[in-house]
Amino acid sequence: MSNRVIKVDALARVEGEGSLYVRVKDNEIKEVRFGIFEPPRFFEAFLQGRHFMEVPDITARICGICPIAYQMGAIQAMENAFGVEVPGPIRDLRRLIYCGEWIESHALHVYMLHAPDFLGLSDAIQLAKSNRDLVQKALRLKKIGNDLLEAVGGGRAIHPVNMRVGGFFRTPRKAEIRALIPDLEWAIQASHDTIRLVGGFNFPDIEQNYTFVSLRHDREYAIHEGRVVSNRGLDIGLPEFLDHFDEEHVKHSNALHGFQKPGKQPYHVGPLARYAINYDRLHPETLSAAKSAGLGPVVRNPFQSIVVRSLEILQVCLDALTIAKNYEEPDQPHTEPVVRAAVGYGATEAPRGLCFHRYEIDDQGLVKTARIMPPTAQNQKIIESDLWKVVAAHLSLPDEDLKWRCEQAIRNYDPCISCATHFLKLTVDRE
Amino acid sequence: MSAREKPRLGVFKFSSCDGCQLSLLDCELELLAVTDAVEIAYFLEATRKDMKGPFDVVLVEGSITTPHEAELIRQIRKSAKVLITIGACATSGGIQALRNFADVNGFLDIVYARPDYIETLDTATPIADHVQVDFELRGCPINKYQLLEVLNAFLNHRKPNIPNYAECIECKQRGTVCVMVAKGVACLGPVTQAGCGGLCPASHRGCFGCFGPMESPNTTALADRFLNELGQDKGTVLRAFRSFNANAPAFREESLKHE
Repeated sequence: MSNRVIKVDALARVEGEGSLYVRVKDNEIKEVRFGIFEPPRFFEAFLQGRHFMEVPDITARICGICPIAYQMGAIQAMENAFGVEVPGPIRDLRRLIYCGEWIESHALHVYMLHAPDFLGLSDAIQLAKSNRDLVQKALRLKKIGNDLLEAVGGGRAIHPVNMRVGGFFRTPRKAEIRALIPDLEWAIQASHDTIRLVGGFNFPDIEQNYTFVSLRHDREYAIHEGRVVSNRGLDIGLPEFLDHFDEEHVKHSNALHGFQKPGKQPYHVGPLARYAINYDRLHPETLSAAKSAGLGPVVRNPFQSIVVRSLEILQVCLDALTIAKNYEEPDQPHTEPVVRAAVGYGATEAPRGLCFHRYEIDDQGLVKTARIMPPTAQNQKIIESDLWKVVAAHLSLPDEDLKWRCEQAIRNYDPCISCATHFLKLTVDRE
Repeated sequence: MSAREKPRLGVFKFSSCDGCQLSLLDCELELLAVTDAVEIAYFLEATRKDMKGPFDVVLVEGSITTPHEAELIRQIRKSAKVLITIGACATSGGIQALRNFADVNGFLDIVYARPDYIETLDTATPIADHVQVDFELRGCPINKYQLLEVLNAFLNHRKPNIPNYAECIECKQRGTVCVMVAKGVACLGPVTQAGCGGLCPASHRGCFGCFGPMESPNTTALADRFLNELGQDKGTVLRAFRSFNANAPAFREESLKHE
């Protein structure tokens, strides 16, 4: 009978480099491998011996798309190690800059990387030919995210220079933050338009019974702080994270594969997980938009992640507007940490999911060991599980169409392959 | 102008964080003008169109860290009329060049349970170590306005107007009080090429060298000042020169003096 191999050697419209390999024999799937071939970059190794104050600037370089996730996770881990508490206004500024990263990254992904799939186009440049106004609006939304990053981050959106352990090097002036308000008000309207647009896309009929894992905070839609919570009853503090989750090395990927102990079970981090676990923390305006888009409190169709991501853009625009309106300059830009030998933990919600950090620091403030679990590494097993289901449901499609459907299934995760530092390549073998 | 007549642009990535190619997408207000002016013939982060060369202009991000990458860059060079490297990784090896100062096998053991599954070179090296490069645009990340200037210059067959003087000039232009003179904060500005606009001192911190060494920097004089006037220890001075441009010759040699 027929043997088919579907291969995508280099996935497009994802960040970093990855591949897919699917092998089907006699209409039965034999193998699905989502591989990350971004070369290893060894961050955890060369962080050893660096001074704790240098770490946030170095971890930023793990990813140009979500540097705040890597800076803030590292910063909070150091603060956890040294027992530093940051005051309210500093905390608000942190949330504000993270909102900027979510707007920028989500707008990039929704419009430029993912929506063209649903519109049958190869990219946003083609989309600009058929609907220039839409692309201009998307670019303005993305720019507003970057403007927030620049206003708080010291003038640069990629690898901002202003974040440090204990707070900021320089806190922005009230006028600089207040100036963002009109654009945020426009962005809220643009987010509603985005939700209406993507909510009307045609989604493949696939549901998965995921184990969702995300941060949960006692008041807020979790972004930069919280406990680690799952939809299966897990509720732990960060120091217990490695008791429940780990990574393993598989031959077909440079990135380590995350799993939940025991039994090496796959789990799902990212917008669908955050939404399911934090639904009751959504702003009433976001809740109402979710209901209008036809979504319940849990979304199990991975292709609808584009809708949830758009809801999250609205959520953070609303959050950012509130912070910008209430912002008062803090008395001190930072609290000076007092160095001691200690272990510190940090975790935040990068746009593509939970990102975990653990550092062991010596009494000179130098890093003894570093451990970073990026969201794409944690999602690798669940992406393979989705691909298995997508291929099974679409075996009758010709190779080219099946390949595109598989690529879309991977793009649902907005995988960040350069982030999976420790690393993606698609090959479908139809024997 | 029809699509056939537009110059063809390719964007390629090697080992890196994707930040420099993202800078092109971050030219939000200018992006559609760019896509009107050139045909984006290869840009994996933005399009699944996979078109072969030749290319009029190729932008390369990232450093060479695997045997496969070393081969691929030679193929890309053959298909490119003009090859421009963007960012610290492509022009000096980037942050991953920290491996050049250590035993990479030790690194493998720290990060990976099965080092035998990993194929990697002992070094992370800039593109110019492997093929001829027509222009190197510095920065970690690059400055998007400089990127637009370089693209514009090459498309119009003129020299890019990119300064190679010290970061200090940008501080003076901006009116920032010198953090080293006024506050005793260690700053790499005097030996670092301008380009970011003087961001760090404006944020009340010292420059940490994202744009790499300026033309003929006096790193020894600056290191002496860090050690003798600012009271830093050798380890701190070593680490200052050994970051995003650790493998750029001037920074590499200075850091080695403090081992």
